[in-house]
Amino acid sequence: MPSSIQGLSTIRILSQYHANLWIGGILFALIVLAGVFAPWLAHTDPVMDADLMNSGLPPGHDFWFGTDDQGRDIYSRVLYGARVSLTVGIGSQLINTVIGVALGLSAGYWGGWWDDFINGLTNMMLAIPSLVFALAIMAILSPGLTSLLIALGLTNWSFTCRLSRASTLSVKSQGYVQAAKVLGYSDLRIMATQILPNILGPIVIIATLGMGGAVLAEAALSFLGLGIKPPFPSWGSMLSDAREQMMLAPWISIFPGLAIFATVLSLNLLGDGLRDILDPQSRTRRT
Amino acid sequence: MTDDTLLSVEGLCIDLMIGDRPHSAVTDVSFSIRRGETFGLVGESGCGKSVTSLAVIGLLKHPLIRAGGRILLDGEDLTTVSASRMRALRGARIAMIFQEPMTALNPLSPIGRQIAEMFVLHKGATWHEADRLAVKALGNVRVPAPERRVKDYPHQLSGGMRQRVMIAIALACDPDLLLADEPTTALDVTVQAEILELIRDLSSARGTAVMMISHDLGLIANMCARVGVMYAGRLVEQQEADSVFRNPQHPYTQGLIASLPLLGARARHGRKALNEIRGVVPAVADFPKGCRFNPRCERSTDLCVETDPDRTWLESGGFVRCHHHG
Repeated sequence: MPSSIQGLSTIRILSQYHANLWIGGILFALIVLAGVFAPWLAHTDPVMDADLMNSGLPPGHDFWFGTDDQGRDIYSRVLYGARVSLTVGIGSQLINTVIGVALGLSAGYWGGWWDDFINGLTNMMLAIPSLVFALAIMAILSPGLTSLLIALGLTNWSFTCRLSRASTLSVKSQGYVQAAKVLGYSDLRIMATQILPNILGPIVIIATLGMGGAVLAEAALSFLGLGIKPPFPSWGSMLSDAREQMMLAPWISIFPGLAIFATVLSLNLLGDGLRDILDPQSRTRRT
Repeated sequence: MTDDTLLSVEGLCIDLMIGDRPHSAVTDVSFSIRRGETFGLVGESGCGKSVTSLAVIGLLKHPLIRAGGRILLDGEDLTTVSASRMRALRGARIAMIFQEPMTALNPLSPIGRQIAEMFVLHKGATWHEADRLAVKALGNVRVPAPERRVKDYPHQLSGGMRQRVMIAIALACDPDLLLADEPTTALDVTVQAEILELIRDLSSARGTAVMMISHDLGLIANMCARVGVMYAGRLVEQQEADSVFRNPQHPYTQGLIASLPLLGARARHGRKALNEIRGVVPAVADFPKGCRFNPRCERSTDLCVETDPDRTWLESGGFVRCHHHG
């Protein structure tokens, strides 16, 4: 079967040159640049330049991605939407990682009742669907960027917490942690200088993969009208606005959808690529 | 007790919890170390020598608990000081080097930084000063080109080099007491000699007292002024090093010395096998009643089975725990 052999060798070549890391990294970097330089790259103001004369135009020379029902340039709105998605994706994942690592590391290191408590809390968090939890938080807070960061930053730390706890347990018994105790290091110092650097690899991977999830969650919340307030562009709310014209003007939903797809894909590829490099077990498995 | 006593361990008892039941792993161990003195603790694996050193540095963990006794460092009882005081003493006044130099260094941190951290932690030095002091400390343990080596990571060093780094870290803050728990067991014989010489030179130059823990009688004979012999959680004999080797009093010590292999002895005397002490060290849970050595002892009598011998003081200044010593 030549096709499957062909496919196999492609995978091998991809993994050999860390292709997923490079493709994911470059794609993600482009999206970040697009968001950062949106004011220079955009053709029109994403909110103010509504022109009903140009509403519902398909992609063309003047409007690369077409216009929506209010005559706003979709290309410009997708660029500005990247700012929201990336801020929420990166920001909430940072909050999640800090919470997860702090709780998991201390639970693994100290053990005892604190460990039991954190374990219970983590199990509880895992039992509640995180999107529903985030929805509930958004319903209490007023829609907006800060609320999105809080809602998504407080609901997705359980995997990071479990991972850092498990890694801490294995690092804790290493000789150098014992040696640090003998040399008079305080607990916090041991956690910061001896344990944290040694468990960082898997945490970076999980954080990167989680960012893709956070971008999706932001889109979902905005789609449901609980994210960014409507006139301001966010990929999720753009999709939500577009759903009635899906058949008549598919470009209104296709481009924000593609943007979400590309961002999540790039983050997943990046996370996989990082795992290939940072996790020695997966590296040996492949060779 | 004389004035220059640095460490004094009095009636130390350590229990090992198996399930909920305590079993005495170390029973009534007393010894003292003078300032600048090298004290050796010998015994077979599992006799309680490492546990004793852990107790001195205050790092006994469940299932091991201290069941009694006092540990005095310069008159300060280490068993009652606060955790933060103990932490300040560790590394600054009591330091320890381990058996395994391969795992005792953080693999993700350059060695210079690991040495420098001691100066920052205990001496309040700035990182800039500490880095400079680290180069000096690395030079002191005879690592060539220390100013380049400080940037190396542990995996770039050989076992002997790593043990030197450990010694540099342990001695960074000029501690009064260095606990050396089998510091050369994991090393080649040629490297062993260098490391021991290094420990001896540095400790005598700084007046650091050393508690050397080993099962290697030859090493102890070379290094130590006084020797304590441990068996099954008890200090069974303690004497000047010379007397222990020339005139051992306890049957266990005699057995240990008799079982030292002598190069060429077999050929000359036509012996076929090495001398050995019959039997094995009992497990903590079934230490025998009476003298703990009695099941393996050739002089064992009814008295030995019934009563645990008390210390008999010897003319040399040491003691032995045996009903039939000599």
